[in-house]
Amino acid sequence: MDWQAFALTVKLASLTTAILLCLAVPLAAWLALGAGRWRASVEAITGLPLVLPPTVLGFYLLVLLGPLTGFGRALTALLGHPLAFSFSGLVVGSVIYSFPFAVQPIVAGFSSVDGALIDAATLLGAGRIRVLWSILIPLAGRSLLTAAILSFLHTMGEFGVVLMLGGDIPGATRTLSLVLFNQVEGFEYAKANGTALLLLIFCVALLTVVYARPKSLAAGGRHG
Amino acid sequence: MVEVELKARRGGFHFDVACRFAAPWTVVFGPSGAGKSTLLRLVAGLESPDAGRVCIHGQYVTDTEIGLKVPAGRRRTGLVAQQPALFPHLSVVENVAYGLAGRIDLGRQTRQQRIGAVLDLVGALHLADRAPNALSGGEAQRIALARALAPMPRLLLLDEPLSALDASARDQVLTDLQAWLKAESIQTILVTHDAADALATEAEVALIGEGKLTAIGPASEVLAAERDRLLGRLQTGPSAANRPARRSKAK
Repeated sequence: MDWQAFALTVKLASLTTAILLCLAVPLAAWLALGAGRWRASVEAITGLPLVLPPTVLGFYLLVLLGPLTGFGRALTALLGHPLAFSFSGLVVGSVIYSFPFAVQPIVAGFSSVDGALIDAATLLGAGRIRVLWSILIPLAGRSLLTAAILSFLHTMGEFGVVLMLGGDIPGATRTLSLVLFNQVEGFEYAKANGTALLLLIFCVALLTVVYARPKSLAAGGRHG
Repeated sequence: MVEVELKARRGGFHFDVACRFAAPWTVVFGPSGAGKSTLLRLVAGLESPDAGRVCIHGQYVTDTEIGLKVPAGRRRTGLVAQQPALFPHLSVVENVAYGLAGRIDLGRQTRQQRIGAVLDLVGALHLADRAPNALSGGEAQRIALARALAPMPRLLLLDEPLSALDASARDQVLTDLQAWLKAESIQTILVTHDAADALATEAEVALIGEGKLTAIGPASEVLAAERDRLLGRLQTGPSAANRPARRSKAK
């Protein structure tokens, strides 16, 4: 087992998930609370990684973040190193690639919160941030958990973007998916089985948490 | 005083109301689908009219001509709807305290006293530590009322807020509430489709039907036809009473 790759993969997935939740929660609230004319366009853009081949996304990111574009050169000058073929670049790519897996469950969760509760909070003087913090997040907590787990697992298993944007640098950008690919290419099936099994167990265990029966939160005045 | 001049189109429904609510307690009476709830939501700022204005105690909070729309939370308006909409993850006392959280002008002790006072007013002090899912429909409505009262709004909008209570309990709460609101000088607009609610109070009554205000004035005048219909029901049974009532003309 390549424990270095395992640690790097977990680090990548954890960091990506944390960044995604920070970005996805406010965006999902904006989308769920019925934002204006840009809503459809924003939803389409956030959903793009779902249908785009990972290699296409990886290729464009490689071009964008590399020395071929002004943006890439500016970024390199700012950071002191190019983002392509680095762990930081991998984080950027993973955040973009897993974006819909974070945003969509949270949008669904926020949208399912009864509008009457949001009206009540608004009338009691709560602004959008307080409505988000005190009503939407507590009541859609399970959606946030789902988003976190899906983002984490999706990042754990990504291959195309990692290969295109990160290359295959041991200790820097080599994740478990690349290790598995290398093992299969080298006919090391026993080792490949170990790597694949680890990923499989990880996925099943975390998905079980997602599909476990949610604790119900009943609305007021149910009986009598 | 509340002055409204509102036009709104909701699908095939045309809402067009212009009037002045001057009495401390006004009952808006009309059948289901007449536009009563729409009126309250427009005044509260939860919905926007296509055209018109709303003025609460001399302050314009909506004016489509100049693009003015004061956010609902800054209108100092309380709204209690038929559906209590209690926050299910907060206890009763936390629900009632929700509107006081941002009030840095009130000390902790004042806030607690206020919460106790409004819970006592609606006869729900003993429910303070309960979770909303452990309340009956009537209890939940009492808590929703207490929650709206706690921030001391300058205008209280009630949309059939006690429909889940039996008649005697509702009368008791309404009587206590009216006295309290009068003492605190909080103007109230109550929406109902139950003529008994309107006739029971010595309030100004506004009659609304199909999105239009048809009459406004003392209950004894505006609801004379409705009272006759109810009396006729007592004398001749429900079939005679179901005939359409003659309506007072709008002033």
